[in-house]
Amino acid sequence: MTINWDLVWSSLGPILTGAVTGTIPLALASFVFGLLLALLIALMRLSRNPVFSTVARMYISVIRGTPLLVQLFVIFYGLPSIGVTISPWPSAIIAFSLNVGGYAAEVIRAAILSVPKGQWEAGHTIGMSRRQSLVRIILPQAARVSVPPLSNTFISLVKDTSLASLILVTELFRQAQQVAAFSQEFMLLYLEAAVIYWIICLVLAGGQSALEKRLDRYVAH
Amino acid sequence: MSPTESALPDDAALLSVRGLRKAFGSHEVLKSVDVNVRRGEVVALIGPSGSGKTTVLRCLNGLEIPDDGVVDFAGQLAVDFSAPVTKKQLAALRDRSAMVFQHYNLFPHKTVLENIIEGPVQVQKRPKAEAIAEARELLARVGLSAKEKSYPFELSGGQQQRVGIVRALALRPQLLLFDEPTSALDPELVGDVLTVIKELADEGWTMVVVTHELAFARQVADEVIFMDGGVVVERGHPDTVLRDPREERTRQFVDRLLNPF
Repeated sequence: MTINWDLVWSSLGPILTGAVTGTIPLALASFVFGLLLALLIALMRLSRNPVFSTVARMYISVIRGTPLLVQLFVIFYGLPSIGVTISPWPSAIIAFSLNVGGYAAEVIRAAILSVPKGQWEAGHTIGMSRRQSLVRIILPQAARVSVPPLSNTFISLVKDTSLASLILVTELFRQAQQVAAFSQEFMLLYLEAAVIYWIICLVLAGGQSALEKRLDRYVAH
Repeated sequence: MSPTESALPDDAALLSVRGLRKAFGSHEVLKSVDVNVRRGEVVALIGPSGSGKTTVLRCLNGLEIPDDGVVDFAGQLAVDFSAPVTKKQLAALRDRSAMVFQHYNLFPHKTVLENIIEGPVQVQKRPKAEAIAEARELLARVGLSAKEKSYPFELSGGQQQRVGIVRALALRPQLLLFDEPTSALDPELVGDVLTVIKELADEGWTMVVVTHELAFARQVADEVIFMDGGVVVERGHPDTVLRDPREERTRQFVDRLLNPF
């Protein structure tokens, strides 16, 4: 097999455009919304109020128990039949955010529980409310613990955004697909897409290491 | 570093606890406990583990909510636990005292200085510059000026506990609560912490100390309370309770601590 380098170079433009204007903003926006949702779900799950904790538990169960592709299709292709039509980009962001919300909620819940009870008590004794203790004492410590598993979530998400190609979002993989269909060079284009996903994830893993290092400054080595 | 000024005369009752009860499930940890503390007094709570002494302390700081009883701060604030209490009452009660924990419970993600000013600045809304100045003064008093930028993990246990004490002092409470403050320390570090507590006692701070250090209790406490099985078995002057107790149970406990084998 000879490599058609001309095609590699000429396809790089559309594929990188797909990454920069599709994959990366889609992943970033979904991760931010997803984390906010996850924090809310985690706190509901930890709440002593049985209604909150039950709702949170069911949410997590549904998200983890159904395929992401099905969630995406329900929102984009399913909802219009009950009169709710959402265009591709918002559909993708909603689906990915809801998905991250379910998975990351369990990470955040575990991270909050990993902070010793004595930290809540120390917050109490210096006069803090539970909310103040949570924000200023518990969450900063939970954040350190949750960086590795949340990095996993984020890296998975970057690759999962390729599913958005199936609801017509122009992102990295859809661009590769289109060049492949036109040139009939499937192996080349899909490997090229794979390499670019890999490079994005290498950069993210580097970011994870830097963040871990920074957050580890207050623990013994 | 002197106790909060108050219009009360020196020997006035600061704290009066009456009929304190607490159960965890079906296990009665406190069965009607009374404690009185006068202003400037040091009360040592001693007793075997499971006797309820730590629970008494935690009830005073609102870390546990008693099932029954009255906690009365000099007639200014009386919380009656026979009826449900509000968050506001609990917060008011908590703000009278500050706790020093057995395992220090410093905030690991904050420096020594940040640990100390967190309460004064974030909760009491005192000016940051003033809180920092006071924190530095307090750190100097316990010999830790050089450590203000350190994180807790960089300190020895004895240093961490002295920071724990300073963090409590910075809140300017009326009452200091010590929960076995030296039990987690290596033996050679115990003295430093006890010295600091003794100095605070000498300066007139009012405190309740749960401790196993009988020599310390004898030297520093004005009153020793021996608890066992959720009740006060004996109370009185340290020389009496620790050297010539009236109750057999007290005698056995003290003997065991003084002659462990």
